[in-house]
Amino acid sequence: MALGLSSASPVKLHEFQAKQVLARAGIAIPEGRVATTPAEVEAAARAMGSGPWVVKAQVHVGGRGKAGGIKVANTPAEARTHAEAILGMDIKGLRVEKVYLERAAKIAKELYLGITLDRDRRCPVVMLSTVGGMDIEEVAASTPDRIARRWPSPLLGLLPFEARALVFAAGVDAAQRDGVADIAQRLYRTYEETDATLLEINPLFIQEDGSVIAGDAKLDIDDNALFRQHELAKLREVAPDEAAEEKARGLGFSYVQLEGDVGIIGNGAGLVMGTLDAVRNAGGRAANFLDVGGGAKEEVVRAALEIVLANPRVRSVFINIFGGITRGDEVAKGILSVIAEAPPKVPLVIRLSGTEAEAGRKLLEGAPLISKATMDEAAAEAVRAARASR
Amino acid sequence: MSVLLGKGTKVLVQGLGREGAFHAARMKEYGTRVVGATKPGKGGTTQDGIPLFDTVAQAVEATDANASIVFVPAQGARDAILEAIDSRIELVVAITEGIPVRDMVGIAAVLENVATTLIGPNCPGAITPGECKIGIMPAENFSPGAIGFVSRSGTLTYEIADLLTKAGLGQSTCLGIGGDPIIGLPTPDAVRLLNEDDATEAIVIVGEIGGAAEESAAEYMRAHGKKPAVAFIAGRSAPPGKRMGHAGAIVSGNQGTAESKVRAFEEADIRVANAPSEIPGLVKAALKGR
Repeated sequence: MALGLSSASPVKLHEFQAKQVLARAGIAIPEGRVATTPAEVEAAARAMGSGPWVVKAQVHVGGRGKAGGIKVANTPAEARTHAEAILGMDIKGLRVEKVYLERAAKIAKELYLGITLDRDRRCPVVMLSTVGGMDIEEVAASTPDRIARRWPSPLLGLLPFEARALVFAAGVDAAQRDGVADIAQRLYRTYEETDATLLEINPLFIQEDGSVIAGDAKLDIDDNALFRQHELAKLREVAPDEAAEEKARGLGFSYVQLEGDVGIIGNGAGLVMGTLDAVRNAGGRAANFLDVGGGAKEEVVRAALEIVLANPRVRSVFINIFGGITRGDEVAKGILSVIAEAPPKVPLVIRLSGTEAEAGRKLLEGAPLISKATMDEAAAEAVRAARASR
Repeated sequence: MSVLLGKGTKVLVQGLGREGAFHAARMKEYGTRVVGATKPGKGGTTQDGIPLFDTVAQAVEATDANASIVFVPAQGARDAILEAIDSRIELVVAITEGIPVRDMVGIAAVLENVATTLIGPNCPGAITPGECKIGIMPAENFSPGAIGFVSRSGTLTYEIADLLTKAGLGQSTCLGIGGDPIIGLPTPDAVRLLNEDDATEAIVIVGEIGGAAEESAAEYMRAHGKKPAVAFIAGRSAPPGKRMGHAGAIVSGNQGTAESKVRAFEEADIRVANAPSEIPGLVKAALKGR
C-alpha cells in the first residue's frame, strides 16, 4: 500500500500557499496572514482583531510543532514574542524565513483527509480518518482500520456516492457528514487541477460550533506538469543543499549528491544506478549520481565533469558511457576540453562502449586518464585510485 | 513466434521531428516496416520516403498499421497515445519522457478497457532481434535467440543485451518498459507475456528500486513460471528518499527497496545478479539446471 508516497522531486508548497489554493476551491480556512518580521506579525494580529492566534513556521519539513515552530498567542505582543523566537529558527537544517499568523480554531475534533498516487493500483487514493492531527503513516501502522480509503476512477473523479461511502466508513458524526463529503470532492478536484502528487488536510478541524475548517494543508506538485502549472511553478524554492542539483537540472541532466568519494558520470538512469552498485561491489562508495541523459554533446559532458570535480569529497571520477544516442567522440571531446583548461587533480577512469566508442578512445589516447574495457574493471580501478589519492 | 512485435508488424510514427525522423530511419535500416507517419496538415505528402497522414485513423485506413511509436513531446503525448488507442492500434510504444503522472493515470484507466498494449513512456522501446525494432536502441547489441528480456532501464538494457549477445545468448524479444511510476506494461505483465511465449526459453528481468512491480513479477513466476529466470536490480546502493534520475526510482520508507525485491526473487527461486556482468553466466547455469 502506497501511503503518502510522494513522487519524483515535486514542487512543495508552504502551508499558507496551499491554504490559498484550498480557499479558491471553496474549502474553509482560518483567517491568516503571512509575515517575515516580528513587527509585521504584531501588526497583522492587531489588524485581525480578537485572538487567540497561532504563529506557525513556514518551512518545507514535517514536525514543525515538535521543533517549537508552532505557538499559540493570546495578545498581539505575545504573537510578536513568538515570531521573534520562530523566525530564524533552524528546523531540521532549514532556516525559518516566514511565519503564518492564523486565527486559532475552536477545536472539537480532528480528522485526516488526504489524496496521493497509489502506484500499485495506478490511480489516486483518497483517505479519510477520524484519527487526525498525527502522521498518517503512524495511524496506518497502529490502527489501519481507522483509515477509510477509496480509489476513484481518474476518468470520472470522486463521485458523490464514493464521498458518502468514505464518510460513513470513517465514522464521521452525522452533523458533519455532508460537509466533509463536500470537502472531499472539492479536494479531489483540486488534486486533479493542480497536478498534485500529494494533497493533504491534516488536521481537518471540526469546530465547537460544528463547522469544518482546514487546520493545515500540504500540497506537492508533479514537476513533469509544470509546463501547465505556471502559477504554482513559480513557488519552487531551492534548499541550500540542493543548489548543485538545481544547477544540473537547468543544464538538462540529473545530479544527486551522495556521501562517498568516487565521482560518477554516466548516461541513462538505470546504467548510472548500476554504476553506483558496481562501485559498491568493488568496495568503494559513490560521491554522486549523475546522468547526462541521452545524446549528450561535448558541452554537457564538460559541465557534468566540472560539477563532479567541484565536490571536494571526490577522490577519483568514473565515467561510464554506453553509447546509444550518446556518441563516444562527443564524450571524449568534453573530457579533453576540461583537461586542456584545468587538469583535474584526481584520477579519471573511463569506460567507453557503444556508438563511436572507438573514435572516442582514439581521441583520448595520450590523455592523462585510465581507460578500461568493462564496467566492473573500471569500477575496481576507480575505487583503487580513490584510495590511493586519499 | 515472439511477443508483441515481429515480421508482420507495420509501424506508424507519431511525431516525425528531429529525433523521430532519425530513429524512423534507423528502424527502416533494421528492416522494420515503417508504413507511415502522422503530421497534421501534411497528409498526402512524404518525408524521407515515409508517407504522411493528417490523422492516425487515416493512416490505419490506408496502411493497416498495427503498431505506433510516439515521439511527440510531453505536452502532446497524452493526446497522441489516446489517438492511437482510438484507432485500435494493437501496440503503442511511447518514447517520450516527462509525461505528467495525471496524464498517465488517465491513460492507464483507458487501457483497462481496450485491447491496445502500451509500452513506455520514457522507455527505449521493444525489439524482436532480426525481425522488428520499435524503439531507439542501438540494434548491433541485440541478436536473435531464445532469451526474453524485460527492463525498466534504457542504457542498462543495451549494456545487458550486449553482454548476452557476446556470451552467445540471443534474445527472443526485449521489452524496455520505461522508468516512470505509471507505465503501460508493468514488469509483471511483461514477464507473463514472455513466460507464455514458446520462443522464449529463459527470462531476464531487470528492475530498479521503487514501486512493487518486481515483487509482483516474482510472485507471478513463483505461481506460474514455466521457465528459468534471472534478475538484476539497479540502485541497490541508493539512499532512501532520493530520486535517481527516473521518476519511478525512489525509495519511500520500506516501499520499493532493493532488499525487498531481491528477497521476493529469491523466494521465487530466481537468481539475482550482483552486477550486469554476472547475468550471462547465471542464465547459462539456469538453462542447464532445468
